[in-house]
Amino acid sequence: MKDRIRNARPHVTRNENLIFERSTPGKSGVDLAVLDVPAVSGEQTLGADYFRREVEGFPEISELEVIRHFTRLSTWNYGVDTGLYPLGSCTMKYNPRVNEVVARLEGLATDHPYAPEPLAQGCLRVLHETARCLAEITGMDAVSLQPAAGAHGELTGILMIRACLAERGNPRKVILIPDSAHGTNPASVSISGYEVRNIKSNAQGCVDLAGLEQAMTEEVAGLMLTNPNTLGIFEPQIHEIAEIVHARGGLMYMDGANMNALVGLARPASFGVDVMHLNLHKTFTTPHGGGGPGSGPVAVRKVLEPYLPAPVIEQTADGTYRLDYDRPRSIGRVRAFYGNFGMAVRALAYILANGAAGLRQTTEDAVLTANYVLARLKDAFDLPYDRPCMHECVFSDKRQAARGVRTMDIAKRLIDYGFHPYTTAFPLIVSGALMIEPTESASKAELDEFIEAMRSIALEVEEDPQFVLKAPYTTRVTRLDEVTAARKPILRWKP
Amino acid sequence: MRYLPNSPADRAAMLEATGHRSVDELFEQIPDELKVHGPLNLPGPLAESEIVEFFRAAASQSARKHASFLGAGAYSHYRPVVVDSLLSRGEFFTAYTPYQAELAQGTLQAMFEFQTLIAQLTGMDVSNASLYDGSTATTEAVLMALRITRRQEVLVARTLHPEYRQVLATYVQHQGIAVREIPYGGSGQVDLDQLSAALTPRVAAVVIQSPNFLGALEQVRQVSELTHRNQSLLIVTVTEPLSLAITQPPGEADIVCGEAQSFGVPVAFGGPYVGFLACREKFLRQMPGRLIGQTADTEGRRGFVLTLATREQHIRREKATSNICTNQSLCALAATIYLCLLGKHGLRALAEQNLAKAHYAADQLVATGSALPFSAPFFNEFVVRTPGDSHELLAALEAQQILGGLDLERFYPELKNHLLVCATETVSRTVIDRMAAVYQSAAGGASAQAVGAGRNTSS
Amino acid sequence: MYPQEFLYTKEHEWIRVDEEVGTVGITDFAQKELGDVVFVELPKVGDHVTAGESFGTVESVKAVSELFAPVDGEVIGVNPKLQNSPEMLNADPHGEAWLIRIHLADRRDTEKLLSADEYEAYIAEKKSE
Repeated sequence: MKDRIRNARPHVTRNENLIFERSTPGKSGVDLAVLDVPAVSGEQTLGADYFRREVEGFPEISELEVIRHFTRLSTWNYGVDTGLYPLGSCTMKYNPRVNEVVARLEGLATDHPYAPEPLAQGCLRVLHETARCLAEITGMDAVSLQPAAGAHGELTGILMIRACLAERGNPRKVILIPDSAHGTNPASVSISGYEVRNIKSNAQGCVDLAGLEQAMTEEVAGLMLTNPNTLGIFEPQIHEIAEIVHARGGLMYMDGANMNALVGLARPASFGVDVMHLNLHKTFTTPHGGGGPGSGPVAVRKVLEPYLPAPVIEQTADGTYRLDYDRPRSIGRVRAFYGNFGMAVRALAYILANGAAGLRQTTEDAVLTANYVLARLKDAFDLPYDRPCMHECVFSDKRQAARGVRTMDIAKRLIDYGFHPYTTAFPLIVSGALMIEPTESASKAELDEFIEAMRSIALEVEEDPQFVLKAPYTTRVTRLDEVTAARKPILRWKP
Repeated sequence: MRYLPNSPADRAAMLEATGHRSVDELFEQIPDELKVHGPLNLPGPLAESEIVEFFRAAASQSARKHASFLGAGAYSHYRPVVVDSLLSRGEFFTAYTPYQAELAQGTLQAMFEFQTLIAQLTGMDVSNASLYDGSTATTEAVLMALRITRRQEVLVARTLHPEYRQVLATYVQHQGIAVREIPYGGSGQVDLDQLSAALTPRVAAVVIQSPNFLGALEQVRQVSELTHRNQSLLIVTVTEPLSLAITQPPGEADIVCGEAQSFGVPVAFGGPYVGFLACREKFLRQMPGRLIGQTADTEGRRGFVLTLATREQHIRREKATSNICTNQSLCALAATIYLCLLGKHGLRALAEQNLAKAHYAADQLVATGSALPFSAPFFNEFVVRTPGDSHELLAALEAQQILGGLDLERFYPELKNHLLVCATETVSRTVIDRMAAVYQSAAGGASAQAVGAGRNTSS
Repeated sequence: MYPQEFLYTKEHEWIRVDEEVGTVGITDFAQKELGDVVFVELPKVGDHVTAGESFGTVESVKAVSELFAPVDGEVIGVNPKLQNSPEMLNADPHGEAWLIRIHLADRRDTEKLLSADEYEAYIAEKKSE
């Protein structure tokens, strides 16, 4: 067994307790500048009722210990920088370093959102230009960068659909969602005051037109679609789908999570999409950061433009930028200020680095790598939809399940080979799914190692399934007890 | 293109393995009429040096040469260099959400530390691993209270950040929820009589901010008594949590939420920021957002995992507690590093400095004849009535490279000619004195006008 | 396997009826599907439950399931042990881990429920799907 593992080395296992356990009284990691105004007594200034004696339990640590603590913690993680990260629909692609540098420039990182407009021209220009590029990429007419994440963008989009239909006389009651959809879709819909109705996928994993025809009544406000869908397959009848929805007075929402398959090659506006969101932290390289921050701008057709969150960034006749708050038909704000500006900077830097040609090449590579993986693994793993994929491919654990090994187990064993797992058990319509999105950032060499690892695991499942079931063996911790964590939650340190 | 790791030969080899003859064949799935046939109208490609130049040019058109007295929900504090130095480690910032716990103990432990620090600071039992920002955290707190009490009305202080109130309105507009505003009194704090009159059995929650948008510390204990007597929940939002290092945390609250941007996250023209939400133990299962829990592995070693995930969107789908899919992990990490660096003593000392700067500034302005209309104690922000027209004053200050504060007229029409002034450790005495001098001139001008007007009417 | 004296629903609840009082729980099939139970949310004494409608939830690490009332009635008892020991639902779903006791609105409502044999046939069919 050990002969097969060429890349695996034990993960760095340096013990590191919680920072509170390292704390000893009397230390601090900063020295403040000398106070140049008279000091005031907190107790006297605030009054005894308001004055706090101390923050109990707060750590006391030197600067070096902070550096060591978090450096050690970081070595227990796996990032895109470390290696292939084939999570489906997450688009774990390279986070360019120059993005980080420009986001930190003084004048961009330091400007206050309420700075007077003449002194915020640089920031407004960045927001405006980013929005323009995203509109061009999607083919849509207007973009708002206000939503903080994909789910936030979805909510914004559905609220706009509602506002538009309400103005037409009837907001309607239902939003249709395919059963393969990502989880945030149904939740966003409920908050908007709509009811979710699922439509089934056909045998090819795509929207069943006949089913849609039936479901698309005058009570339906719209359809939320991901295209390519969560199986990595492009909806071949997307245009007909849009027509059915529009014919009955509904609007079409597209979840742009899978845009990495389309940028530069196809524009959702041409599919008949009325509103969509983008994930800057997926397609546009803003870093995942261990779970955020992201950014989920929405792009709309002209018909929905009046409903965009306010303010909208405008360019005036003399070329300067301004914030337009005079938007009487807007759905309102979805967050304070203007959105995740720092993420817009990074996304724009990425677009500038590539230009139209680079973006197109990027998309082609993303689709090529996924198809390469599909071709090289389809004899080892069950492929529920045997057809060319787009930027991600989905296998199932059917063969391995016969030996008692499920997708999660295979994923854990993959860690021993030096890779981050793919997405397990999603989309829900495939039982025991293995969802793999290599992205364009996967070199052939890296993919070959990944493929070899997966094939090796498939063999291990045949020969010794118990061994696979107890994986991973090389991480700092072994499988964690999630049941006790949920039954008796411990969510903070206590002395 | 430098970001792409495949050579033409690599591409050819991969293509061959797929059995296709050209990349175009891979895109056959897309109907031809839906394809883009020419290049998009986009700028670039630019070399790295050109990208830096582009953004440098944008950065030069900013207020970076100005001293700033702007607060109002986004606070300028010095960011120790250690924060960025650690955040820049690729294992932190290029990692995904920690669903595969064995490979993400770094992020998970750091978030567990974040949850602990927030709970300690706010005086609550538990905290989540962050939300998008203060405005959505406040909204999520309200949604939580609505779920818990099953009541349909919310009372919101007029002194809650105006943009936070707008966000709340957007979220509840289709849920049949009534939001009523409670005015402030002469002290700048929530009017307790008006609050009392508005409390009915329909009220799920009362939302106040402390220090509030006008800088005033709220009477949390009194508000809590009234609220709880009505069996409603008390939500306290904190937009400047540095205040919690020196002011009593709102321990009487049921939910304490707000914005942790002050802790090592750049002001960055409004985002990304980091919202927080902490509450009493009994409301734990109604909390939105990600939660990190401590547990053990098969060998008994301590480890951390995402837990209570069934509250979240990806499991409950339409019955989820909210539609939050992300936390603001990297910003929460920045806050964690910042708070650990400053620690108990540093944070306290910094809060004392802020208190001192703001009170010095207030004293200097009062000495020029300007009034502070509100009597409540304040931390690092306060409201001043300007000598004469506030726009003219701000222009005069700008000419001196000073952003003098937020003109409150924009959000509070009843507060024309009033500025919200925030003085953190980042403004020097020199700048404060220069600001006071401008007030003095304006006051001189204003009183000359008043004398002139007086002369006119008397003749 | 499935107690003969219980009646069953297609949503995998069981009910044992004694005169006007029904004791309600979830079946062994249900607890297996759920996996390790971490939390149970139940109504209060005095609440009303409606046949076919949700009266609470049972959570495992990965999933949440609604609990559906087999018949109309008023809650007169709630199992106090489940709050601290949700794992009992996995260990003894037909005995110690009963969920609620209700006072039936109409005894005849039980006629619509499945017998033990019918329920076993139903789940055998489900397994083969």
